[in-house]
Amino acid sequence: MSTLQHDPRDQVRVLDEDGEVVGEIPDLSDGELVEMYRQMRLARHFDKRAVSLQRQGRMGTYPPLSGQEGAQIGSAYALDEDDWLFPSYREHGAGVVRGLPLKQTLLYWMGHEDGNKMDEGVNIFPVAVPISTQILHATGAAWASKLKGENRAFICYFGDGGTSEGDFHEGLNFAGVFDTPNVFFCNNNQWAISVPRERQTASETIAQKAIAYGFDGVQVDGMDPLAVYAVTRAAVEKAKNPEEGQRRPTLVEAVQYRFGAHTTADDPTVYRDAEEVERWKAKDPIPRLEKFLRNTGRLDDEAVDGIRQSVEDEVAEAIREAEAVERPEPSEMFEHVYESLPEDLREQRASLEALREQYGDEAFLRE
Amino acid sequence: MATQQTTTQNLTLVQAVRDGLYTEMSRDSDVLVLGEDVGKNGGVFRATEGLYDEFGPDRVIDTPLAESGIVGTAIGMAAYGLKPVPEIQFMGFIYPAFDQIVSHAARLRTRSRGRFTCPLVVRAPYGGGIRAPEHHSESKEAFFAHEPGLKVVIPSTPHDTKGLLISAIRDPDPVVFLEPKLIYRAFRGDVPEDDYTVPIGEAAVRREGTDISVFTWGAMTRPTLEAAENLAEAGVDCEVVDLRTMSPLDRETIVESFKKTGRAAVVHEAPKTGGLGGEIASIIQEEALLYQEAPVERIAGFDTPFPLYALEDYYLPSVARVEEGIRNAVEF
Repeated sequence: MSTLQHDPRDQVRVLDEDGEVVGEIPDLSDGELVEMYRQMRLARHFDKRAVSLQRQGRMGTYPPLSGQEGAQIGSAYALDEDDWLFPSYREHGAGVVRGLPLKQTLLYWMGHEDGNKMDEGVNIFPVAVPISTQILHATGAAWASKLKGENRAFICYFGDGGTSEGDFHEGLNFAGVFDTPNVFFCNNNQWAISVPRERQTASETIAQKAIAYGFDGVQVDGMDPLAVYAVTRAAVEKAKNPEEGQRRPTLVEAVQYRFGAHTTADDPTVYRDAEEVERWKAKDPIPRLEKFLRNTGRLDDEAVDGIRQSVEDEVAEAIREAEAVERPEPSEMFEHVYESLPEDLREQRASLEALREQYGDEAFLRE
Repeated sequence: MATQQTTTQNLTLVQAVRDGLYTEMSRDSDVLVLGEDVGKNGGVFRATEGLYDEFGPDRVIDTPLAESGIVGTAIGMAAYGLKPVPEIQFMGFIYPAFDQIVSHAARLRTRSRGRFTCPLVVRAPYGGGIRAPEHHSESKEAFFAHEPGLKVVIPSTPHDTKGLLISAIRDPDPVVFLEPKLIYRAFRGDVPEDDYTVPIGEAAVRREGTDISVFTWGAMTRPTLEAAENLAEAGVDCEVVDLRTMSPLDRETIVESFKKTGRAAVVHEAPKTGGLGGEIASIIQEEALLYQEAPVERIAGFDTPFPLYALEDYYLPSVARVEEGIRNAVEF
């Protein structure tokens, strides 16, 4: 029986909180397993530095991901080269796995439009800040790919709060009706800013909502990267199953916890207990995978130290690069509004340039 | 005659929102607030701070994350006799509720021939300038001013905020109440502790002048007044009118001011095309054409999507842009 044909209330697990094996280890090489661990460390370190940049006034509001590395890296790892990823706004870790440089993520949160410009060949849709709107885009893109006769999977991320939006329902309903090759991946991190998961829906699980759309829903321990990988991989393979009627979407609910604030503008101590945070920190996906890798001889002190150094260097370099990018030219706000700029917009652009010439940039910039 | 003793508090604009809600909820048990994070968290801008403890979870309601759900259920509540004040966390997230607002809240009275009414107030922080993420900075008051059946209110001082919010809650029709978040905490002002109202549909002349009428609202009121003071030193005497209500517009004050000066500029941070500057220019054309000595100058956001924050200072009308626009109209 497939991992996906599961009672949606029964959580799929591979590693327990101590890194002991309690399920089936997915088919990944030693190198891949260690690389997955490295990516999680990279995401965690990036997150720490990004929060600190915001605190120092070097970056705007930023949504942290600590605690969610297992779900992000485990799921992104399960995609094939040609597959597509539709993020919400917190998937910086998943983005890196799929070829989105950290520098881009930094630039976006530093207020540069170029941060949202994915390089050609990077199959990632722009960040979606409005809640769950991207689900429909992922369904539509997957549908188009199917109509074109391709064989690709489309993973779409959203949160537990996002499942309350109408777009969640519409996206999953279309996917069920048209059998689109989607993996709907819910990062259930327990809190939609201050609203707890149980006030978001009276449904016992989010995974079971899939039943109503006519396809599989599976709940996985989202802080167990190997379980996340296994479940996502099975969903990706199903999305590409060549057999008649077998190519179907899946809803994955990855149960996890956001260790930090919703964004740097949020203070979670107002609405949740420190004790709850500590309880979830015991499930931290990074030490869990590390223990497993050490116990099975795949990782030792020396390798862990090398990884620590490499992720620190990589993040430091990304910050250096992002901060070296100068403030965009003001005229850039007129670029890409349309394929060709209408005459009155040309005039508006010219008037801005004339004013800068006349008054200088200091007449525009507020402290 | 005995003088009535009124205690005043020195509040920021966002504190005045909270005080307006508190005052009206204390007075009228039918008033309730609902939205994302308005309860235990006290709102992401703290506009509902302490109300949950004061009035309890049945009147200060944390809802699931669904804007259409928040406004749509508020319409049902309003029609059924309550006075809901739904909050949309940022104006940029109001669009899932747009259908409910324009197709239903705005038309329930008309469609039911007065059998049902919709006395609700949709509150939303709006506008740019706070280095916020994408979709957190838009000014789309014109979308709602365009819709018959809605009233649209935008305060610019703590005093007006409380008085207009109470008027909006008591209003028998739906009101979209947009709060300029750039000046949520920018300054303080005296706000009476008691309940009082500032009437919807009345503009306020913030600075009297004779050379040009400058119409503005919300967060743009301050740079406009600053530009007016700078220009006064150069011998240009500006009248600055804070419109306060975008629908219905105070045509009388607009026309009266314009007849005095014969010149006008409109300052808004919303995009120029389709913005309310065009509506104000039309009112002047309709009512005071023969007084007009210069084209009405529109000093507005550019017709581009609101840029990410690295460029937002160039997008928003700055004091220099406002001065330049006023000069164009004065020197025509």
